[in-house]
Amino acid sequence: MEYKITTRNEKDTLEIAENIASEKFSNMVICLEGELGSGKTVFVKGFAHALGIEENVTSPTFNLVKEYPNEELPLYHMDVYRLKGACENIGLDEYFFKEGITIVEWSDMICDCLPDERLEIKFKVIDENTRVLLFIPYGTKYEDLCQSVL
Amino acid sequence: MKDIYILSIESSCDETSMAIVKNGKQVESFTVLTQMDTHAHFGGVVPEIASRMHTENITMVLEETLKKSKIKMENIDAIAVTYAPGLLGSLLVGVEFAKTLSLVYKKPLIAVHHTIGHIYANAIDNTLTFPLLALVVSGGHTDLILMEEDYSFKLLGSTLDDAIGECYDKVARVLDLPYPGGPNIDRLAEKGLPTYNLPKPVNDETYNFSFSGLKSYIINLVHNEKQKGNSIRKEDLACSFQITATDELVRKVELALKSNFVKEFIVAGGVSANHYLRDEMKKISEKYKVKFSIPEFKYCTDNAAMIGAAAYPLFLKSKFVDFNLNAKSNVSFFE
Repeated sequence: MEYKITTRNEKDTLEIAENIASEKFSNMVICLEGELGSGKTVFVKGFAHALGIEENVTSPTFNLVKEYPNEELPLYHMDVYRLKGACENIGLDEYFFKEGITIVEWSDMICDCLPDERLEIKFKVIDENTRVLLFIPYGTKYEDLCQSVL
Repeated sequence: MKDIYILSIESSCDETSMAIVKNGKQVESFTVLTQMDTHAHFGGVVPEIASRMHTENITMVLEETLKKSKIKMENIDAIAVTYAPGLLGSLLVGVEFAKTLSLVYKKPLIAVHHTIGHIYANAIDNTLTFPLLALVVSGGHTDLILMEEDYSFKLLGSTLDDAIGECYDKVARVLDLPYPGGPNIDRLAEKGLPTYNLPKPVNDETYNFSFSGLKSYIINLVHNEKQKGNSIRKEDLACSFQITATDELVRKVELALKSNFVKEFIVAGGVSANHYLRDEMKKISEKYKVKFSIPEFKYCTDNAAMIGAAAYPLFLKSKFVDFNLNAKSNVSFFE
């Protein structure tokens, strides 16, 4: 089952992220695909905000992972744009089971290294402000999640 | 007064560095082992690899640093270490190493904030004069800070979205330039002309910055041109971007110099290695007749010499920490 949602502005994308964050669980993995400027980091901002993370979320451009410590569930924010498949033996997969939430930007670059169960979101730019978000859940947990919030 | 020698350690990201700094000013010995080549292969710093390499390198870096100076461990007055912010795993290697040295050689331990370190890179071979205005520009920061006196930090303004270094990196990405993007844009810009008309970042009169609009505009511009089948004049776009971004920094610095009485203006952080920025910041300080300081290139990027310089004022105030010191990925130091 796939879910298609159109967002008309940043605020819409932030809201969707907040809704998904409301159903958070330990070792949750969310994979974001879409070109530069399509709203991936905006989504992470909304998600982090809902988790109660006050720090300003920016792309983990220089470090592939940015860790946001948080009492309940820490957030691991990855940008693997430049990895292009070379993700073995570098410890990124450890984050998926670290009892936090991992959000991976440009996850299509490391398809082989992603966990079997995950939520994939594809961002498509329609015009300057409009985006189409395609949600693809893998595994029952993520299917249930999509059913309850989308 | 007796000369004070501080052995300092920096391992917050991908550089393992140590230094011995005399009286917070003179660098007696200085070693940097960079992991840049390894991480360039991955296109960014991989946290797990970084901390592994720090562990492998740190004792070698200590030996090298001691060997280069005439000072023996016995004559060191204190051990200083970066405890925040940065990659937790990387910071921990430095912090635990510093604690061990402190315990074994019975030396007091000083915890230094990485960004304060960058600011105090300007205290190397220089006497800071207060009140002072500091511009911190890096991959994670774009801050204007007022220092009324030594070790007092008042945040005047900072970026509301992307840091300047982050913006540089994304523009490099859209222009297909390799990692690290900043220095590559700097080089390319020198060959170009500012022919692209880019929107000026926020035009308000606060001390805050915003670079995401400029970033998005360039991304859209490149996409649109590609879709139309037009080619991008990369040199010219790099040049136009660099001038637009730097001019905004200069404008806010000028605002701050106009309304705050300062005796010195300093620039700090990784982006202070940018050539165009260095020239423009020097010009604005000359216009306002304030003393100007910007670190030598080797002290612009992450290094332990700056940590030794920043530890000195803490040593004088006996602000030592105990072995409960822990690495932190993020701590604010503003009042």
